[in-house]
Amino acid sequence: MANPADLLYTKDHEWAKIDGDIATVGITDYAQHSLGDIVYVELPRVGQSVAEHASIGVVESVKAVSELFNPVTGEVVEVNPILETDPSAVNRDAFGDGWMYKVKLPNGTPSGLLSAEEYEKLIAE
Amino acid sequence: MLRRTVLYDEHVAHGARIVPFGGFEMPVQYTSVLREHDAVRQRAGLFDLSHMAQYELRGEGVAEWADALTINEVGTMKPLQARYNIFTNEAGGAHDDVLFYRLPDRWLLVVNAGNAEKMWPYLQAQAAGRTDVALTSHHGSRALIAVQGPRAVEIVAPLCDIDVASMKYYFCAEGHVDAAPAVIARTGYTGEDGFELFVEGEDAPRLWRRLLEQGKQASLEPAGLGARDILRLEAGMPLYGHELEEDISPLAGGQGWAIKFRKPDFVGKAALVAERDADEYDRIAGVALAGRAPARAGYAVFANGERVGEVKSASIAPSLANTNIATVYVKKHAALPGTKLGIDIRGTLHDATVVSLPFYRRNDARKDT
Repeated sequence: MANPADLLYTKDHEWAKIDGDIATVGITDYAQHSLGDIVYVELPRVGQSVAEHASIGVVESVKAVSELFNPVTGEVVEVNPILETDPSAVNRDAFGDGWMYKVKLPNGTPSGLLSAEEYEKLIAE
Repeated sequence: MLRRTVLYDEHVAHGARIVPFGGFEMPVQYTSVLREHDAVRQRAGLFDLSHMAQYELRGEGVAEWADALTINEVGTMKPLQARYNIFTNEAGGAHDDVLFYRLPDRWLLVVNAGNAEKMWPYLQAQAAGRTDVALTSHHGSRALIAVQGPRAVEIVAPLCDIDVASMKYYFCAEGHVDAAPAVIARTGYTGEDGFELFVEGEDAPRLWRRLLEQGKQASLEPAGLGARDILRLEAGMPLYGHELEEDISPLAGGQGWAIKFRKPDFVGKAALVAERDADEYDRIAGVALAGRAPARAGYAVFANGERVGEVKSASIAPSLANTNIATVYVKKHAALPGTKLGIDIRGTLHDATVVSLPFYRRNDARKDT
């Protein structure tokens, strides 16, 4: 699946969609494919302050536990309730229904994230 | 240096994700572990088990020789019977868990791939100087293909020149599958009905493709080691290195049913008798977790604040409405069904309850002894 051009990416295979001062965060299709069947997602709590690059949750596939790294600094304002009962939504639609949480950004668009083009170069390596 | 089975190219052609396992590059999944698990439970799955070590035993002394090295009875096996067994060490621990197949003129012994490096020298040393036991290894040269699932019979039977539909569970026969000479066995490691086909390596790729073709109607799918591990765990079958080890005995590992204490002697018998009589040993138990967070091998297990053991295998169990299940190796008092345990998942104790094994039993299941 193509990496949407309107999202920003990290080298840890997360994506962020910036809409005003809210960033919606998830893992990339490349990441879900590498992990395989996702059976559990542990997300930060609403109200929690999260720092860029911090490990703030886990994504577990049938075979492995992977850390979830947060791409943007801010406060968590919403988590995707679907993932509690249906974590496979991440496999089906990593950039859509499988979104993980939303962060309120204190200072507008964060810097240091990759464009879709840069991210594609990274995963092609 | 990792080896490849003769079916490696077939796996790659099917888009398999390849991982090292037991010294071989093996398919862990083709499409999805959960999808392949479902195929085996509902329809049928096709497995390459050619990494497992196949040994041939010949000679008048094989039964008596093997009976002295293992916990279960070999000498009482009927012609064409298959039987689970465990080679033990002097301390009663498990050296390997294996299957014996009794053929008219020889025996087949299948050992775990990961144990082949220790088992082959061990067996050779045990047979040294005996003229009535001859061992041959076909590890890597002979292939093993399994078709497992409720629709396995309708896929395999039309390709065989012998009647396999009426073959009993844990029996085998020599015949041909799609004209390839084969030992056809009604055995498996999934908790489903099915067959394991022992064939020459050169015949295996063609047979693999033929089975996939033949299985199209039944929606047969290739299934990898990921699905196999969940299937065997649900079915309560031990995996060496998890529920059985050099320091986990067959008793502790939940395979006490296979120990025939009436045998005059075997390696480790005295230790196992003492272990049984004292009945204080740590043991494997099955648990069901209350929450959605999966356990993992190595996680600590607590009962009433006391650390009582650790997780040995764990998975989501698709056959049990996606309950998280695990085997734990715990103190005796923590192993009784109904006992409430806590599993330490990243620093938090998660509720789990001991349940009796197996977790899953197919409707028409028969117990082999």
